[in-house]
Amino acid sequence: MKYTFQGYRRSNGKVGSRNLVAVIPSVICANDVGQAICRQVQGTIGYFHHQGCCQLPIDLKRVTDTLSNLGQSPNVGAALVVSLGCEGTDANRLVEEIRASGKPVEIIRIQELGGTARAIQAGIDAAQRLVQEISDLQRETVDVSEVVMAIKCGASDTTSGMASNCVIGYVADKLVDLGATVVFGETTEFLGGEHILARRAVGGENGPVGQKIYEIVKRMEDRAKAIGEDMRGGQPTPGNIAGGLSSIEEKSLGAIVKSGTQPIQGVLEYTERIDGQKGLWIKDAPGREPEILTGMAATGAQFMMFSTGRGAPQGFPSMPVIKICGNPNTFERMRYDMDLNAGRIITGESTIEQVGEEAFEEMLRVLSGKMTKNEALGYFGSMDIFCLGPVI
Amino acid sequence: MENCLALKVTDKDNVATIFANGVTDGTNVDVRDKKGNSETVTVIGDVPYGHKIAVRDIKKGELIIKYGEEIGAATKDILKGEYVHVHNLEALRGRGDL
Repeated sequence: MKYTFQGYRRSNGKVGSRNLVAVIPSVICANDVGQAICRQVQGTIGYFHHQGCCQLPIDLKRVTDTLSNLGQSPNVGAALVVSLGCEGTDANRLVEEIRASGKPVEIIRIQELGGTARAIQAGIDAAQRLVQEISDLQRETVDVSEVVMAIKCGASDTTSGMASNCVIGYVADKLVDLGATVVFGETTEFLGGEHILARRAVGGENGPVGQKIYEIVKRMEDRAKAIGEDMRGGQPTPGNIAGGLSSIEEKSLGAIVKSGTQPIQGVLEYTERIDGQKGLWIKDAPGREPEILTGMAATGAQFMMFSTGRGAPQGFPSMPVIKICGNPNTFERMRYDMDLNAGRIITGESTIEQVGEEAFEEMLRVLSGKMTKNEALGYFGSMDIFCLGPVI
Repeated sequence: MENCLALKVTDKDNVATIFANGVTDGTNVDVRDKKGNSETVTVIGDVPYGHKIAVRDIKKGELIIKYGEEIGAATKDILKGEYVHVHNLEALRGRGDL
């Protein structure tokens, strides 16, 4: 069977599920100006992060790279960079790289323009121009092989590992079979299951991809050790054991199952993009929502499928997030936040395959423009960039 | 009355997870796979919600498989239907000393 969706084809060939003007503060100090612009101009979203100054050079580069990747992401049609003027990030590089991807870009500089009010006025004018410029782009029919899906779980409970994560695993396997791209992360959750992931790597456990999987887990553990914490000891926690998890492998696999069963093609650093690569990929990103959702949107994912048991409501400014809820009680209580009820699996009403097919169909609708619950609610304000070093 | 539900994810799995309250020694549960095929198993031991039972006999030292992968090894012989947890399953990794 041939599956398609209706997407926005960009001049560089990539396909988006949304057509937004991104307001991109180059530094936290420009957020308030950016927020005022977004409140006024329809069709804009803002990346209101908290980085970009008083950080080590490696992190400043990381912030510029991530903001550049967000601006280049296929759901963004044009960008307005909001610069303060003295930030540590490279606002000019940001503009050049996004423009090189074929998108209209404008920049305003708060200090140069003479302060907040003048910058807001200039920014509203610029954002309005950009929105009008991109707003008549039409959706076109796109083959499912051009899908880039990000996956994640959060606010998990006993049902996540047996219901909602399995549903996402089903969709991931099907997408990879159809020639599409799937990206998963949450390196923290690999702990105890990294050998199983490494065996699934192209080239096997001892090949470069398998070894890189071990490396990203070790890097994360070493960062925790550097401040005196052992992440592996004490796993699974007494709470996990009371809930039925018998080993760290079982805990880890419950999360990993959402990646499906396909071979792992490679590991992307936090600042690396998907540029046409197909199959299943790992992104080295932590589990916390603001940082991993940013990382996934920056990598070029058109949407995310998100598994939850207790009910995680949040989304991301430029990336629709489909909430698959494994717990039937949570789904009932939070039905205005949850998109799909995978709790029918644990009540015996439906199978993993049946709900998996429903999730796949919902994915095609969302890619074609249907709003997810969090999009309709505008619940996507919190985002941040995963940095490595101290704030100075 | 309908039997209580237990779920297993792959055909390789030798354990299934109980999704019912009040499962005690002698309770019959339906072990379902992802396609919906099911088999009735009689539970040995009292098994809380979200905990596991063996879906076939498992010998001491044999791997315990869930999600198609090993989650530990049996520290004693385990019978089909028996409660499987930290009392008869030992993690192979991640004890903090590996």
